[in-house]
Amino acid sequence: MRASGRGLDLVRRALVLVAVAFLLLPLLGLLGRAPWGEVLAAVRRPEVVEALLLSLRCSLAATALAALLGLPLAFWLAGPGSLTRQLVRILVTLPMVLPPVVSGVALLLAFGRNGLVGGFLVESFGFGLPFTSWGVIVAECYVALPFFVLTAEGGLRARDRRPEEAAATLGARPVTIVARITLPALLPTLSAALLVSWARALGEFGATITFAGNLAGSTRTMPLAVYAALETGPETAIALSLVLVAVSAGILVLMRKHWFPIR
Amino acid sequence: MKSGPLLLLLAVLVALPGCTAGAEASTRVRVFAASSLTASFTALAAAFREVEPELELELHFAGTPTLVLQIREGAPVDVFASADETNMDRLAAQGRLREPPLVFARNRLAIVTAPGNPRGVRGLADLAREDLVVVLAGPEVPAGRYARQLLRQAGVEPRSRSDEASVQAVVNRVALGEADAGIAYVTDLRAAGARVEAIPIADGATILARYPVALLEAGSNPEGGRAFIAFLRSERGQAILAEHGFLSP
Repeated sequence: MRASGRGLDLVRRALVLVAVAFLLLPLLGLLGRAPWGEVLAAVRRPEVVEALLLSLRCSLAATALAALLGLPLAFWLAGPGSLTRQLVRILVTLPMVLPPVVSGVALLLAFGRNGLVGGFLVESFGFGLPFTSWGVIVAECYVALPFFVLTAEGGLRARDRRPEEAAATLGARPVTIVARITLPALLPTLSAALLVSWARALGEFGATITFAGNLAGSTRTMPLAVYAALETGPETAIALSLVLVAVSAGILVLMRKHWFPIR
Repeated sequence: MKSGPLLLLLAVLVALPGCTAGAEASTRVRVFAASSLTASFTALAAAFREVEPELELELHFAGTPTLVLQIREGAPVDVFASADETNMDRLAAQGRLREPPLVFARNRLAIVTAPGNPRGVRGLADLAREDLVVVLAGPEVPAGRYARQLLRQAGVEPRSRSDEASVQAVVNRVALGEADAGIAYVTDLRAAGARVEAIPIADGATILARYPVALLEAGSNPEGGRAFIAFLRSERGQAILAEHGFLSP
């Protein structure tokens, strides 16, 4: 029994190493092939700055929207089990499973010019989502929302309810309980939910290019710019990817105390 | 037993590669072809199997630049059929070709609109109209570059609401009604059928896409590759390409 325990421990350690190597090697591949002179030049190119700023603006807006829509939904989903909740949870999970390109087409069929509600939008307000930055935000929010909702719901379910119950017996109003006890206790979970949905929105490609389009300045985010650059020369694409990796890693490092507190 | 799931996982990992055993390298001919060749090459492959039953043709379709990237990164491919000569020349300059490329087909461009042409698009000049949503393939895509050359030749400044990643995406934008007009290959519009309408472009402005094919250094079956290239240029091969709307070289 002892020997098999040590054997398993070795396997576990080996798998940890393999997992880390698996995640590290592609990054090393990028770093190894990076045209370093070009990376520095790329950061200063106006179209790259434009794509990067657009990416940050849209992904943050999409994350905010996902939080606004996702938090109440997560609270409701964390309630007592019912068939409706099960069905809605499947609905929430679907965009994670769908190929993003299919999500893009589905968004077009709903919010496009001839879509279920898109036609109404255009006729009533003269406003269409495709080919605009709003379209990018909608596409990113659609794919990022499940990540926010499911992460937040997991935290809500796992929380210790005793402080809330104690507050209720002491006569606190429900709003006070949520604001003073539930949300502060959930802060780590909510941060994680914001982080994963933002990361998903920042890297979004398929739904964005299919639904919103690909035009410098209005819809060409960094992933789309990387894809366009890949067609002309992989070196430029690698340079742009490294800019994206550096910006995301930089934000993660800055926020690490908040998101990954060392206990 | 706690190790149950772990052992199951390992067993699955070991079993997986067994599912993907392909054809033997000696009889397999691996062909990379531009996405605009999808329908025609699928038909060509069926005919080729009758002529050379012992060879196993394996077709891969993607946008030309994507295929070039994969070849540059060492994909073991016997034959490459490109949608333009620029990308083929790039591979030639890197010494990736075993033999010089040969042009095997040409393609024309047409304006694409919704069925029945509801916005009354008559020619290239109409693509400058402010009231139309026009989309083109991006300038890095062969079809996008040809479309821009064509517009400039007609004295129209190219503008696109979205630089689409492939000519197929242009057709889909118009078919879904998101765009009013675009420019695509005649062959794509034929394949799209009744979902869109093709408006021919007057003869005054004609840019012809030229499709070169070449045998690659990285391939392991040059004989099989040569046989497929010969078939492409044979009378039977050319007839199949013509059925799909391509012009002879």
